[in-house]
Amino acid sequence: MAAYWRKTWPFHLLILPALALVIIFQYIPLFGVVIAFQNYEPWLGIKGSPWVGFEHFRYLFTYPDGKQVIWNTLIISAFKLVINLIIPIVFALLLNEVRKTLFKRAVQTFVYLPHFLSWVILGGIMLDILSPEGGIVNRVLNAFGVDSIFFLGDGSWFRFTVVLSDVWKEFGFSAIIFLATLVGINPALYEAAEIDGASRWQQVISISIPLIMPIVIVVATLSLGRILDAGFDQILNLYNPLVYSHGDIIDTFVYREGLNNGQFSFGTAVGLFKSFIGFILIVISYRLAFKLANYRIF
Amino acid sequence: MKYRSRGYTVFTFSNTIFLTLLSLVCVLPLIHVLALSFSSRAAATANIVNFWPVGFTTDAYVKTLGNSMFLKSLWIGAERTVLGTVLSMVVVTMAAYSLSKSNYKFKGRQIYIWVFVFTMLFSGGLIPSYILISKLHLIDTIWALVLPPAVSVWNMILMLNFFRTIPEDLEEAAFIDGAGHLRVLWSVYLPVSMPSIATLSLFTMVFHWNSWFDGMIYMSNPDGYPLATYLHSMIVSDNLSRIGVTLDSIENFSNRTIKAAQIFIGALPILIVYPFLQKYFVKGIVLGSVKS
Repeated sequence: MAAYWRKTWPFHLLILPALALVIIFQYIPLFGVVIAFQNYEPWLGIKGSPWVGFEHFRYLFTYPDGKQVIWNTLIISAFKLVINLIIPIVFALLLNEVRKTLFKRAVQTFVYLPHFLSWVILGGIMLDILSPEGGIVNRVLNAFGVDSIFFLGDGSWFRFTVVLSDVWKEFGFSAIIFLATLVGINPALYEAAEIDGASRWQQVISISIPLIMPIVIVVATLSLGRILDAGFDQILNLYNPLVYSHGDIIDTFVYREGLNNGQFSFGTAVGLFKSFIGFILIVISYRLAFKLANYRIF
Repeated sequence: MKYRSRGYTVFTFSNTIFLTLLSLVCVLPLIHVLALSFSSRAAATANIVNFWPVGFTTDAYVKTLGNSMFLKSLWIGAERTVLGTVLSMVVVTMAAYSLSKSNYKFKGRQIYIWVFVFTMLFSGGLIPSYILISKLHLIDTIWALVLPPAVSVWNMILMLNFFRTIPEDLEEAAFIDGAGHLRVLWSVYLPVSMPSIATLSLFTMVFHWNSWFDGMIYMSNPDGYPLATYLHSMIVSDNLSRIGVTLDSIENFSNRTIKAAQIFIGALPILIVYPFLQKYFVKGIVLGSVKS
């Protein structure tokens, strides 16, 4: 044992700052979730607050807003998952057909940009351009004879806007992984197909698409593990009381009910419910990704 | 490879047009806001500004940069970005060095890795974290913004994967010359991994500059808001009372061109580092997905 420490103490010492930060800021809050089973009052503390068992969890499922919030989360997330998979694949396949390097680089520069801007900036931009009173998008619609649409103030349009703007922000960046795979395909495969008389379209169908399938499966399963994350940052920057019925998701609900309205225990219970299901989903999705496509993170 | 069929020529042509339009869709909203910010107030109100300023004026920028609340939050935003990035990179690099050693050289490595990775999978959530920060008396301090996100496990994994590609001969030579681990990390590992460290630093900077939610919950007073949080409450949630605006200045704050100028200044640092980011991130992502 002493020999072990003599040999490895510098390793432990170098890890120590990171370990301390993780224990304080990640592991201690994990114990804090016990307040989900209490009626926590800040002045009583965890020790003094009364225990109530699973009451808050029961409340979540009997409370009409609770079901609505879970449903909103799932529907927004499911649409994002599918569209955020299909559009980047199609985009990557189209961009892969471009032979002019300069044009290819230029397109990449433009489409990756929105990924790096925060939802605060993009939310600010969207509030302006989507405004029903003279926002540029509605001006274009009006020019085509379409009435102004209240994208961020009308419940059913809100979900559409959330999904579309998320795709707009991320499709380029999500395509990188598919592009990298496409570029890595051995050109000899295409040459052989060409000699056999396959058209370009046939080559895409029988070479490109089958060869990116493993990575598509990985991306799909991994995003399935995050299905309860419907985009907290985005929705908090886009929504308003008019669209709570269609746009309120678990995370925004926890923030409003738990922190803003001071229902610490109820908020924690909802958050814990989400973390717990999310944890199971992530473990399953990683197992699935490993089984289906032999994927491991490290 | 030759594609000479007529169908393919038609495809190439329409593909080029389609991709050009797609690229434009990605940047036009930003250009519109830029045009608005340099337009006169009257033009903005009349909704006649498209992608070029109408009635060019720098008035909105003059007003924005003369606003002490804005400048203060700009400064806090810069402060948290620099402090947060330096702290995070130092802590992550040190841990990644140890964790990159083989199981043979460093028994117990696996346990540490799981301790870190577990935090990616399960978290206590918003409210327990908030209670912790307030119990630690970090509310209204910059530490509430830089300490909790300092250990990015994702960056740690990317960096340790990179460290593992460094040939062992390099460090063996240094150890024979009598260097210790810190010395090896500093003089052997860091110089060869500069590109990866630069990439991860840029990503961390972008993360900090863009973070706004922690500022909103951990700062009880708008005086402590970093720029992203300030922009959220000014522009997005339009919460004037939160910012403590007096009546006579509301007119300025609700001005569309000033909002546009503030949005653009908020996006500017990202636009400036973007060319550097782009140079590295494709490589970085591919690098991270390569398993040793």
